[in-house]
Parts: sequence; structure tokens; C-alpha cells
Amino acid sequence: MPDLSRTLTITTLALSLGLGLSTASASADQIVIGLQQEPTSLDPTADATASINGMLTMNVYEALTIVAENGEVQPNLATGWEVSEDGLTYTFTLAEGVTFHDGSTFDSEDVLFSFNRAMAEDSVNPSKAKFATIDTVTAIDPLTVEITLSKQDAFFLFNMGQGDSIIVSEGSAETNATAPVGTGPFKFERWTRGDRLILVKNPDHREADNVALERVEFRFISDPAAATAAMMAEELDAFPGFPAPELLPQFEADPRFRVNIGSTEGEVILAMNNAKAPFDNIDVRRAVATAIDRDEIIDGAMYGQATPIGSFYPPHGTAYVDLTDAYPHDTDKAREMFAEAGVEGTTMTLRVPPFPYATRSAEIIQAQLSDAGIDARVENVEWGFWIDEVYSKKNYDMTIIAHTSPNDMGNFARGPDYFYGYDDPAFNDLWERIRTEADPEARDELLREGQRYLSDQAVHGFLFQLPLLGVFRTEVEGYWSSSPVVYMPLKGVSNGG
Amino acid sequence: MGYFIFRRTVGFILTLLAVSVVVFAVMNVLPGDPALTILGMDATEDALAALREQLGLNEPLLTRYVNWVWNALQGDFGISHSFRVPVADLIVERLLMTVSLAVAGMVVTLILALGLGIGAAAQHRKFGDWGVMFLSQLGIAVPAFWLSMLLVLLFAVNLRWLPPGGFAGWSDPMAAIRSLILPTIALAVVQSAVLARVTRSAALEVMRQDFVRTARASGLSRRRVLWRHVLPNAMVPIVTIVGMQFASLVTGTIVIENVFYLPGLGRLIFQSISNRDLPTVQALVMLFAAIVVTANFVVDLLYVVIDPRLKARA
Repeated sequence: MPDLSRTLTITTLALSLGLGLSTASASADQIVIGLQQEPTSLDPTADATASINGMLTMNVYEALTIVAENGEVQPNLATGWEVSEDGLTYTFTLAEGVTFHDGSTFDSEDVLFSFNRAMAEDSVNPSKAKFATIDTVTAIDPLTVEITLSKQDAFFLFNMGQGDSIIVSEGSAETNATAPVGTGPFKFERWTRGDRLILVKNPDHREADNVALERVEFRFISDPAAATAAMMAEELDAFPGFPAPELLPQFEADPRFRVNIGSTEGEVILAMNNAKAPFDNIDVRRAVATAIDRDEIIDGAMYGQATPIGSFYPPHGTAYVDLTDAYPHDTDKAREMFAEAGVEGTTMTLRVPPFPYATRSAEIIQAQLSDAGIDARVENVEWGFWIDEVYSKKNYDMTIIAHTSPNDMGNFARGPDYFYGYDDPAFNDLWERIRTEADPEARDELLREGQRYLSDQAVHGFLFQLPLLGVFRTEVEGYWSSSPVVYMPLKGVSNGG
Repeated sequence: MGYFIFRRTVGFILTLLAVSVVVFAVMNVLPGDPALTILGMDATEDALAALREQLGLNEPLLTRYVNWVWNALQGDFGISHSFRVPVADLIVERLLMTVSLAVAGMVVTLILALGLGIGAAAQHRKFGDWGVMFLSQLGIAVPAFWLSMLLVLLFAVNLRWLPPGGFAGWSDPMAAIRSLILPTIALAVVQSAVLARVTRSAALEVMRQDFVRTARASGLSRRRVLWRHVLPNAMVPIVTIVGMQFASLVTGTIVIENVFYLPGLGRLIFQSISNRDLPTVQALVMLFAAIVVTANFVVDLLYVVIDPRLKARA
């Protein structure tokens, strides 16, 4: 059949275009990093998308402080600071000779501009509430800034080291969404939306001598199977937030790769609408806590790769107390508790956002509640629906969500308008004490009290801490294994050689 | 013919208008708030209000719709809510990728399908025919994403001949072609399986007719008869399917774009719907509608070119 063979010849020709040409070669001062979430803009002060922080914060953009891997606040654009006796006035000394990537000089005016922008009436900063305690920001001289607070804020310095409090320059602030300009160790080079984003080393950075990488390329791959193939084909050097725990064993078995299982600040909870019957009844909430079996959920939903939590605080934190045994799993007891509360056999909705940890956990929780006599109807909804209907309009019975912000126990003090529907003056007082306690040890003691209180109140079902699953080529070194924040500094990362 | 074109143009405009109303209504009825999806769970009420103001979401629905249509008519599709750049720029950036893939897919589909289909018809009830029928059955049955994964495993992971995905644009043509080879094959296999079967049965239909026997009897070679007389006369059903396939190629590359992480329109519309990015969704749906309607229009025109007898009916 001549026609067929001609067709085959053409196909073979087309294929052979690829022959003999190797795939992108990796050299030691370059790295290609896979990310699951594709950003829509590049300005962390106007968009909460986590991958913006993941790529750019502390790499392109810098803030006054930086949070280290162990959670410690360290100097950054501010080389040091003094705190007044009353804990209300912070005097920051700024780094000298720093320039933005567009060549403009960094000084106290930029700090003033950035803070005023974040605090302004028309500010769209996703964490505007963090700036609420700031009273005044004053430039004493070009390298000194004084910030006064209206009340003590134990998390102030920590908050100053986040993506939403980066220092931007007046000349480039408006265009950061598409062409980010900062003071960081890497400069933004190019962004092909939906495909890749490229950073190059900033030779003028004050720590440039300690930066190993010359070029950083981020590739956006949302599909877990495609991410696996890209790693296996060595198109990527690292996938620091790997989306599928079930696919990790093949990397663990492969000597080319190293798998890292770390921790994040993400507490995964089975949230219950405390403002709505039957969850306004503490006995029902305690019954739910008794009905769920965390180990089964972690095995089934996370393939065993997560640490259970019994309250709302990360297990790697200094103030952690293990409360996972507060309500031992007991289906019969849970059934009795539901019966006593008069809700046995009722139907409840479990509206779940489209994240694998949530959808998989939901199925297991549904089965566990069903064993205890509660008919939970799982509704898988997409993110836009979830954040509007569940989060904003509080139109739900139960949901599953990870709270990924650090120091977020204050969520329980956000009053009846927050989607928890939890309004408890006793906890509000406690949180106010935590927030204004300057002494770290005293604050940790209060945080322990907070954990015990929330566990006792069984505000939600506390499930597990979201793990940080990463796959790296063995040559890649210096990546954080756990993250106390949402960014990932590349300053100390190298790719062999 | 003039009346025909006029009628189709009016139909084109009415279709697009209807689509615009439906998309606008659906996107506004759908629960979801663009400001909330952008600023996330820690956003304060006043920051959300400021962003809504910035995005123009506080205007009444009708005003927003009328403004949108008015600006669109002047070629201004607005600013994307989530990307903060003009929607037209976003689409142009990605159109090249999707169109490159769709055109490459179509070309390979046509070559494979016409060759195999005609070949099978020529070998009717012989081994070649059965082989093509079996392969095409397989091609129809295999899901595109699964085939894609197999291709990636073989050619990217094991053999390392081709990249497993991504597309960096046409600035490096060699890299661009290499990136497109696997997705093109994945697209073309399924499409050509359908088209090969249509081609085969259409060709068999024509081969039974008298003029084919006459042509053979007059001494023309078998091959010449097949390509010069059978294929042109079998073109009407083939063109119908090709028209439908082209529309579905452009709009339906979303699965392929996901598996090969290609920055195309399919992924853009998916992301925009999740982000409640109304201006982008609206513009993309209009574009897809325009492509489908245009493809149908071109098919109708081609009928007349292929078979002049249809001119009277047009």
C-alpha cells in the first residue's frame, strides 16, 4: 500500500526532528523548578495567590525582616531594630547602598511609600488587617524608620517579613503585577503566562557572593501525572510542593531523586458552622470530634504523609501541645452522643473545595459519620463557589479547609461574621492577651492555653497538618524542608557542581 | 450566493449576541466573587470593597453588559480581572499556541485519515482494510489523555527524544516544533480514527457507482481512479466531519493542554472561570463561538465548491 507507506514516511520524518537533540541541559548554576499553581499576577501586595509568594517573595521582593526556616525573625532590609520600653515604638535601621532592580535607590522614603500604600483607604492588600495596629510610620533620616503601634503586637516583626509587607518603589509599584521590581537577590527576567517565569541573579545584591544560582526557571504544571513525567524526564530539577502523595514512592525508589516530607503552617480542619444548628451545640461538635478517626483519614487521604493535630496550632511550633487524644475515636460513643443531642439520623452537607486533601478526606469523614449515624452529603464545589458561598456567605454545615497562614489562631476571635460562626468572649480575651504579650515564653504559655481551650470547645474537627511534599534531583541542595511561611528563599539553594 | 452570504452573516451576528447574553448571565448567576478569589481568605472588608470598585463590579448589571458590548464592538475587550492586563493581549499570547496545535493536529489528521481511509476502501474486505478498521477502532476507544501519558512515558521519560510538555513560543522554532510533536500526535490519533472511518465508508459508497467502473474500464489505473475520481466525490461527508473536528480541535484542546502543560486558550478559559474573571471568559467564549460558526460557514461554502449541484439549493 504505497499511500500508507508515504504517510508513515512523513510521520517518521516529523518524529525524527526530535532525534539527536537532547532535552534542556542542566548546569550547576541553573535550576528549573516546577510549581502546581499558576499565578495570574505577580504582585503579592494585591493578590493572595500562594505561588506569587512562592516564587518572588524574598527572591525578587524583600521586606524589612525575613522569617528563617525555624520561624525566627531575622534582619533583612532592616539591619536591626530597637523596641521602646512600652513595646509600641519600633526604630528600624535600614541597609545601606541597596538599590531596586530598576536602579533606583532604596531608602526610608520607599518604606514610607510601601506602608502608606498598604494602609491607604483604597488599599487592596490581601492582609490589610496585619497593618491595623500601625499608628504612624515616620522617616527619621534616609536610613532610619520609626513605626509606632496603637497597641502591642507580638506578631509585628513576623508580619513585617511577609509577602504582603514587601518594600516596593514608587516608580514601579503600579507595574509590579506584570513586571516585578524589588531589591532581592534575583531579578525578574521574563514571564510567559501559563508556561514559565524566569529569574536571574542580581549581581548588585548585598549578599550576591553567597548566591549560587545564576538563573531560576519556574514551570507551571498543574496535572500531577504531568508533574511526575516532567520530573522523571529531568525537565525539572525540583518540585518543592508536589501535588500527589500517592506518586512519591516511585521517586523514593529512584536514586536520581530525593523526597522531602516537611511541614507547613497549614492546619486542615473539618470546619463546622458554629452559628447554625446543630453545630451551635457543643455536644454535637464533640460528637463529631469523637466520630472522626484521624489516622484513617491521614492514611486514606494523604497516604500516611501527615501529622495529626488535636487543636489549631502546628506540631512543629514551640508552643505545641498534643491534644490528639482529647476525643478518642469511638464510633459507638459518638452515636450515643448524637442520639442524646437529638440529631441522630439527620442529614448534613459537607461542602468541599477542589483540593485533593479536602476531597479525599471528605469521603472518609462521610463514611465515619455515617457509621455514627449521621448522613453527611458531600458536595464537591469549585474554589470560586466555595469562597463565595461557604466562606463569605457562611452557607454551609461542614467543610474541609487548610488554614495556611502563620499565627492564625486569631481566626477564632474574628467574631460572628467570620465563616466559623464562632463568637466566644472568653476566647476573644485570650487571643487579645496572646497578641499583645511581648515575652515569648509567656506567649507560648498562653498559646498552649488557647490550644486546650479550642480543643475543649471542639470548635471544629481538627484533622492534620498539611505536609510539604517535595521532590528534588539529588544534586539540588539548600531547599527548606519545612516552611513556617508561604515563601521559599532561593538564596541558599544550589544545583550541584 | 449573495443572499446566502447575507443570511449567514446575520446568523453569525445573532449567534454571537445570544452567546454574549448567556455567558454574561451565567457568569453573574454563578456563585463567586472575583475580588474574593483574588484577595483570598484573610482579606478585610474594605480591601475587598476597594478592589470591587477598581474592577468596576459595583456598576449595575445592565450597565456593565451594555458597556462591555459597546467596547467590544470597538475592539476593546476590557482588562482581565485576575491578570490585570488587556484581555486582547492575553488571548493573542495564547491564540498562537492553540492555533499552532489545532492546525498541526488537523494537517496530521487529514494526512493520516485520508491515506488510511482511502487505502482501506481500496483493500475492501482484505487484510489492509481490517487492519485500518481495527486501528481506528482502537484510536476511537483510547482516551486522549491516556494516550498522551503513554506518549510522554515513551518518548519523553524513557527515550528522552522529546520534551514532556511546555511551550515557550515560536522565538525558537525548533524547540516549538519539538514541543508540539507529542500533543499533535495525541490529538491527531483520535481525530483521524474517526475521520478515517468516515473516509472509508464514503469512498466505498462512491466506488460502487457506475462512473467508477466506467473510469476503470476506460483504462485508468486503480490509484488514479481512487485519488482523482473517488476521493473528490466522497468529499462532502468528509468535509462535514472535518468542519466539526476543527471546531472541537480549537475548543477541545483543554485536555491535551493540561497533560502537556501547554499555555493555550483551553487552560486560560478554565483558569478564568475558576477565578470568575468575567471579561476574559466572555471574550474567550465569544471567540470560540465565532470559530465554531465560522467553521460551519466555511464547510457550507466548501460544499458548493466540491459539489456544484448543491449551488442551486444554497
